[in-house]
Amino acid sequence: MAIAPKTAIAGMTMTDKPQPEMVRVSTMMPPGHIRTPAYLRGKIGEIERTLGPFHNPEQLAYGVPADKLPLHRVRFTMSEVWGADAENPDDLIEAEIFAHWLTPLEAH
Amino acid sequence: MTDTNDKTDTPPATQTDGRRWHDMGGLEGGPIVADDHDFALWEKRVDALQVITSTKGYFTVDGLRRCLEDMGPEAFETMSYYERWVVSVNQNLLESGVYSNTELGAKMAEVAARGLTYGDCAQDGDSGHDHD
Repeated sequence: MAIAPKTAIAGMTMTDKPQPEMVRVSTMMPPGHIRTPAYLRGKIGEIERTLGPFHNPEQLAYGVPADKLPLHRVRFTMSEVWGADAENPDDLIEAEIFAHWLTPLEAH
Repeated sequence: MTDTNDKTDTPPATQTDGRRWHDMGGLEGGPIVADDHDFALWEKRVDALQVITSTKGYFTVDGLRRCLEDMGPEAFETMSYYERWVVSVNQNLLESGVYSNTELGAKMAEVAARGLTYGDCAQDGDSGHDHD
């Protein structure tokens, strides 16, 4: 049996494609257990998909009751992350970041 | 090119704000060590202990990671992977009240009295001579 080609979601055309939801990662640097890598703090990316909700690891790490929060897979360009140092500026990197670290870009 | 190169600077060992020592993404990492190795019995037991105690709900992988991070970079130079794990598992079990430090101390003395090797321990407290 042939492998079915990848198709768009049924009934969806290119014109229905939603606008990318751009977010900025918080620049805060609290000293405790944090899953958001420092090299992405303050960077702007696009929400690629939303996962979860999952319990907040920042609370789980200390054994306290943990809130369930959306986890977003956020897509960044290498040029956004590394600036002029990026070897391949158009390459992408994706990171899964909890909602409370992200602010919609329109809010700025 | 700029003459500053902030992102490759090693962060201070301990700090109360800013990037923490274990958050290494983007820093110069040096060569990858590709050693193949097997694990000792005690290392497998530490792994099993972590799985069992976290499955029972005493702590999560986040608690394991938190303790490993809080040990500081010196621990990563002086202790092996599973030495760090057993320290973290113990810290989490103490925090969740599974046992007290006093109970731990008594158990450690009891185990130490069995002898220094697995062979000694297998003799059930006798001086280690083989019964075969």
